[in-house]
Amino acid sequence: MSAAELARDGPALHGPELAARLERTWSRDPGLLGWLATVDHKEIGRRYLVTAFVFLALAGVLALAMRVQLARPDQNIIGAARYNEIFTMHGTTMMFLFAVPVMDAVAIYLIPLMLGSRATSFARLNAFSYYVYLAGGLLLWIAFVLNVGPDVGWFAYVPLSGPEYGVGKRADIWAQMVTFTEVAALSVAVVLTATILKQRAPGMSLDRMPLFAWAILVTSLMVIFSMPSVALASGMLLSDRLVGTQFYNPTENGDALLWQHLFWFFGHPEVYIIFLPAVGFVSEITATFCRRPVFAYPVMVMAVVSIGLLAFGLWVHHMFATGLPRVGYSFYTAASMAVAIPTGIQIFCWITTIWLGRPRFAVPFLYVLAFIVTFVIGGLTGVMVASVPLDLQLHDSYFIVAHFHYVLIGGAVFPLLGAITYWYPKVTGRLMSERLGKVSFWLLFGSFQLTFFPMHLSGMLGMPRRVYTYPAGLGLELPNLLSSIGAFLVALAFVLFIANVVLSLRRGAIAGPNPWDAGGLEWATSSPPPSYNFAHVPSVGSAMPLWDGALQWMSGLRVDEKEMLLTTVVSARPVLREPVPEPSIWPFISALALTVMFVSSIFSPWAVLFGLLPLGIALIAWFWPKQLEPTAEPVIE
Amino acid sequence: MSDAPTFERDLADVPTSAFGARSLTWWGVIAFMAIEATGFALAIAAYFFLMAHEHSWPPEPWLPPDLLAGSLFTAVILLSEVPNTLAKRAAEKHDLPAVRQLLILMAVIGAVLLVLRGFEFNSLNVRWTDNAYGSVMWLLLFLHTTHIATDWADTLVLAALMHTREGEEDRRFTDTSENSLYWRFVWLTWLPIYLLLYWVPRWVP
Repeated sequence: MSAAELARDGPALHGPELAARLERTWSRDPGLLGWLATVDHKEIGRRYLVTAFVFLALAGVLALAMRVQLARPDQNIIGAARYNEIFTMHGTTMMFLFAVPVMDAVAIYLIPLMLGSRATSFARLNAFSYYVYLAGGLLLWIAFVLNVGPDVGWFAYVPLSGPEYGVGKRADIWAQMVTFTEVAALSVAVVLTATILKQRAPGMSLDRMPLFAWAILVTSLMVIFSMPSVALASGMLLSDRLVGTQFYNPTENGDALLWQHLFWFFGHPEVYIIFLPAVGFVSEITATFCRRPVFAYPVMVMAVVSIGLLAFGLWVHHMFATGLPRVGYSFYTAASMAVAIPTGIQIFCWITTIWLGRPRFAVPFLYVLAFIVTFVIGGLTGVMVASVPLDLQLHDSYFIVAHFHYVLIGGAVFPLLGAITYWYPKVTGRLMSERLGKVSFWLLFGSFQLTFFPMHLSGMLGMPRRVYTYPAGLGLELPNLLSSIGAFLVALAFVLFIANVVLSLRRGAIAGPNPWDAGGLEWATSSPPPSYNFAHVPSVGSAMPLWDGALQWMSGLRVDEKEMLLTTVVSARPVLREPVPEPSIWPFISALALTVMFVSSIFSPWAVLFGLLPLGIALIAWFWPKQLEPTAEPVIE
Repeated sequence: MSDAPTFERDLADVPTSAFGARSLTWWGVIAFMAIEATGFALAIAAYFFLMAHEHSWPPEPWLPPDLLAGSLFTAVILLSEVPNTLAKRAAEKHDLPAVRQLLILMAVIGAVLLVLRGFEFNSLNVRWTDNAYGSVMWLLLFLHTTHIATDWADTLVLAALMHTREGEEDRRFTDTSENSLYWRFVWLTWLPIYLLLYWVPRWVP
């Protein structure tokens, strides 16, 4: 068979016949094996999303437990030790198992659709990452249920987490959970970076790329350059605990502060790894609901890039209270305040977009407005604590708790809920209920302020974080009671949101391809998208191709094998037709082998050596090419 | 069939394999190199951070590592770039017999390096449990060893693959070329670590 005879889409093959043949090529096998072997980014993205929300619910329940304990002074409903476990699990779950993976989830689902591609790059690595993430989450939570959950804070400072004070396996489980989530997050970062740089539709040059894709590109690069730090730090912690190295042991000239430096070199960029995808959500939603592109696109891109760079120069502001040289104080204060500049510019760009546009106050856009209000408050308290004298006063107090919940919930979770409401019709084919959406939105916005605003006051009154109770008579009763009442209302708002998600699956209005009349490529295909995303390759001539009538199509990809188009990095000219990996069980088995190795290495260092053998076999089977068919072209790597 | 969209271009003539930045494999390799280089850079930062706590490096009474094994290792890994470059060029010229021979040679070199590495661990003159100096010396050597071992396994698999019918595929030549690229990363990262392990403890008072 010559290359010319291979089935390709084009004038001779389109419409329902093409759709049926592409569906045969791209759909996965039914049954459990097919489910475990799938490499479809939409399916993996949905799994990530559901899993991340399960962890959100679990961590949310822990938050409620803490608020019950703190509702009144001198209570002993939860003892000190259990309380340590609970705040550790809450923070660890929220940061490692919810905030980062949930952003990955949305990006894995949407990025190929936004770029007009049929798949992500390295589709099997993408599938692998999900199983590794799931295994890390299960390790943490099974340990918690078995009463060996970590109790050393989500940052696990040494010496508390070191061999001398962190007896038992609690800290090891924390450290190994970090390893799992790092492997997963790094894998996704590689997948997304390559996808964004190499798989954009022809004509989608960098200056026409959706702002969400810019945000995810910068986020992925930040993951690549920051996560090795916590992986190294937790590896050193494990080896201090298991094989007697002395990295953090001051009596053998190790240093506990080495942990803090390595942890925060990751930990601070982590905040922006959570925040920047939200910048992308807000930009997409604002453009659609104001019916105009976001004001000053190049400035927005530069702001995203400069936040990405500045985020690596801020980590020491988490360590002001450890005692630093004066130059260090000045430098990190200046850098911490400087990051407010690009962030502020973004806020003004969004406000200008709203000002110049014709805003429609639908639920996704309401979340944008709530984001702007709440994030600005959190940003301003951030500028306050960038100042060393004030930070020394407020460090480890509830003022900090208030600050980071304003920036993380206001800055990331509000935009996330807006994004879910906005893209829900694309994923499910139906719209969420607007009325129920508004009820849960207003309840959440109000109860969030009720929960976290009083924490500013209890913090300034001197209430420390991570302490299981507080004495009566210091003026802490009222703010704590308000926070506790608010927390339950927040939970109710989330229940309503989830109820809306579930009920709308059946009852929501049919959406059609583009219910919001938006301008991006993801709205050019059906809702939900077919397994192959697009029947033909879209070709774009502007940043908002569906608005500008600038969408054209290209033909010629293979129909009977999975194939996608690669384009050049800057100007997105077609360069290569790339085979997409077939579904494979081996990423799942590799993740399983990795899990056995990681978990057993908590108990014996030799497990690393013996665990390598099954892992190596699984990886070789993963990468070994499938049996060649007698076709004129290679079909799979 | 009257509703066919108009197509502005047919992509059937676009090629299906390429080397370097045009291929997806290259971007994957570059991304993993960035991750691992960051890990090395941070481990090196930890080395200097811990050095600042000592009055001498190595701390009294430990001796710097013996030079022989590490220097032999360095000589071999530097020389390995010759067959490595030849393998990369042969792959890019689709010269299958040459690729087969050179990959076997690279696999043998990898095995020799792993043996030399074993002697290196034995000549550090400090154990990882002794003090923070010992821990960080072992850390750097261990981190680099994982790279030697990974690339060795990768080269073995690739060499086996190239001896099957799969070896005639264009994409396997891309894999060989990117494997050579990764080997350059492995020996380039060794050079600063060699200095830190063997020479800095001799130069710092």
